Amino acid sequence: MTNPTKRIMEMEVVTAQAFHPLYTLLTLRCAPGTDPELPAMKPGQFVQVAIPDAPHTFLRRPISINYVDGNEMALLVRRAGEGTSRLCDLRSGARLNIVAPLGRGFTIPGQQTGRLLLAGGGVGIAPLCFLGRAMKAAGLTPEFVIGARSDADLLELDMLREIGEVHVTTDDGSAGEHGVVTCHSTWQLGATIQRVYCCGPAPMMKAVARLSDSLGADCEVSLENMMACGLGACLCCVEKTVRGNVCVCTEGPVFNIKELTWLD
Amino acid sequence: MARLSVNIGGGLTIKNPVLTASGTFGYGEEFADFIDLSRLGGYIIKGTTLNPREGNPYPRMAETPAGMLNCVGLQNKGVDYFIDHIYPRIKHYGSELIVNVSGACVDDYAEAARRIAARTDIRAIEVNISCPNVKEGGMAFGTTCDGAATVTRAVRDAFPGTLIVKLSPNVTDIAEIARAVEAEGADAVSLINTLMGMAIDVERRRPCLSMITGGLSGPAVRPVAVRMVWQTAKAVKIPVIGLGGIMDGRDAIEFILAGASAVEIGTANFVDPAVTVKIVEWIDNYCARHGVDDINDLIGAINQ
Ligand SMILES: Cc1cc2nc3c(=O)[nH]c(=O)nc-3n(C[C@H](O)[C@H](O)[C@H](O)COP(=O)(O)OP(=O)(O)OC[C@H]3O[C@@H](n4cnc5c(N)ncnc54)[C@H](O)[C@@H]3O)c2cc1C
Ligand SMILES: Cc1cc2nc3c(=O)[nH]c(=O)nc-3n(C[C@H](O)[C@H](O)[C@H](O)COP(=O)(O)O)c2cc1C
Ligand code: FES
Repeated sequence: MTNPTKRIMEMEVVTAQAFHPLYTLLTLRCAPGTDPELPAMKPGQFVQVAIPDAPHTFLRRPISINYVDGNEMALLVRRAGEGTSRLCDLRSGARLNIVAPLGRGFTIPGQQTGRLLLAGGGVGIAPLCFLGRAMKAAGLTPEFVIGARSDADLLELDMLREIGEVHVTTDDGSAGEHGVVTCHSTWQLGATIQRVYCCGPAPMMKAVARLSDSLGADCEVSLENMMACGLGACLCCVEKTVRGNVCVCTEGPVFNIKELTWLD
Repeated sequence: MARLSVNIGGGLTIKNPVLTASGTFGYGEEFADFIDLSRLGGYIIKGTTLNPREGNPYPRMAETPAGMLNCVGLQNKGVDYFIDHIYPRIKHYGSELIVNVSGACVDDYAEAARRIAARTDIRAIEVNISCPNVKEGGMAFGTTCDGAATVTRAVRDAFPGTLIVKLSPNVTDIAEIARAVEAEGADAVSLINTLMGMAIDVERRRPCLSMITGGLSGPAVRPVAVRMVWQTAKAVKIPVIGLGGIMDGRDAIEFILAGASAVEIGTANFVDPAVTVKIVEWIDNYCARHGVDDINDLIGAINQ
């Protein structure tokens, strides 16, 4: 028990912003009477949330850390089923039991030698926002390439714009360039891309991985395999890699695409 | 404080009746940030086989009402890797370390057990004759008296310490299997392993698991498990270790009252990584509330 890095925390919802029918942004702090200080958390890490008052939701749900601000942390939640809907419906003051931080994060380069592109869509932008902030704080210049169905589905744009340049695509052309993330003209600017970071739906991540590979850029993706424990104990969340089956919850959720078998 | 130590067979006494269930507690170290492992009666680690196994493809898990299905398929790096690289790291937690052993054939079980006996100080093994997630071996041994007896005999010859045989609930008469392994020298039986189940994603018209079927665990199985522990405890003289859907101290006491000398906590660890120690505390408190000085007085102690 010396120096625990992971903790089970009783937390309180500070704000719950249901800014879209499908998405809620929750900000959380440690519940009164508990240690107010959050453990150190890195971009790309996630938490396991116990769902309150959800008789059909037995296991915890994995949710990425959207950002950390002092003693508060934020989760961006999309309604996918009962568990996430309960989270989206929470009000300020509600209690949540959380295990955090889990998994390994993205790798942030010590030095910038080319463009750093953070590509994603939907709730995939949650960890990218945290990553972008950490990069900016480290003196790097991240850029975002964000894809959405339409204008109304672009999330946290203002927050991202404070961090770096944002390139947008929409499926219906209602904002930014028309098409999917990998179609954006920014990919073809010619300047060297040092590394691409991607989190989003699996088809998007696979397309971004192929594109990065063809552009000779390093690429890290954040996987969302189904999890039970989130701790490396049950071996339910495995992804096939060049090293065999590995746990996404402990060895990931971030993987360099060279480790995955996607490009074979 | 009541006396909580119990005997789990072969002369082995553990400091309290709370163990962890194999495959749900990793190697124990995954939980070291949340609990003091020395407070457990013991911890039963991941299913270990003679040779390394990659396990089954993803998806391996599906949540179901009050439980989950899994088809992990015994992914592990093999007994030698365990002994050389993992065991040195985890043997200092201060409670009984028990290895769960599986095999594809009788010789594999025996050889893995022999290596554990020869190269470690591990005092007890739990032999899994009941894994529903591997094509060969596994559950096939656990569903007939002959198969169960054959594996038990082979491992008995290979391992001098406490031999716990873990039984499959996927049988008509579990007490009969328990008697068969007792006759071959098992020191204890543990039950239940997971119940074979299946779930379908109706939108995609696809099975939820890569292997189509998998093992059901969690509170959904508890009443079945309590019944089987009760039947088995009446049928054998060796200690019975009960498990299946234990979520809290109340559930643990339920198994002890049904006849279990000790309990294992499985899927509950996923929901609350600190649940095991809470269960130890709850049991202690229960004993105080009920004026029980020795937990052994509660084993099988139901009024009928
Ligand atoms: C590392 C990681 C980080 C994640 N980060 C976020 C996040 O920041 N915000 C967010 O809203 N969601 C995130 N998810 C996805 C989220 O965990 C799932 O949407 C959630 O578990 C679904 O639970 P439910 O009870 O709402 O839906 P269920 O009723 O359980 O399922 C509804 C649908 O969601 C799918 N689903 C179930 N579990 C998962 C899963 N683990 N991953 C993907 N799909 C799943 C099911 O197949 C089903 O189609 C993350 C997942 C992982 C593994
Ligand atoms: C993900 C998972 C993996 C398991 N792996 C093993 C295993 O390797 N060996 C074994 O004997 N039992 C294994 N089991 C079965 C459990 O040890 C236990 O018998 C079962 O889950 C019922 O208990 P529970 O409802 O408390 O989880 C596994 C169960 C789960 C959920
Ligand atoms: S979710 Fe249990 S090992 Fe990853």
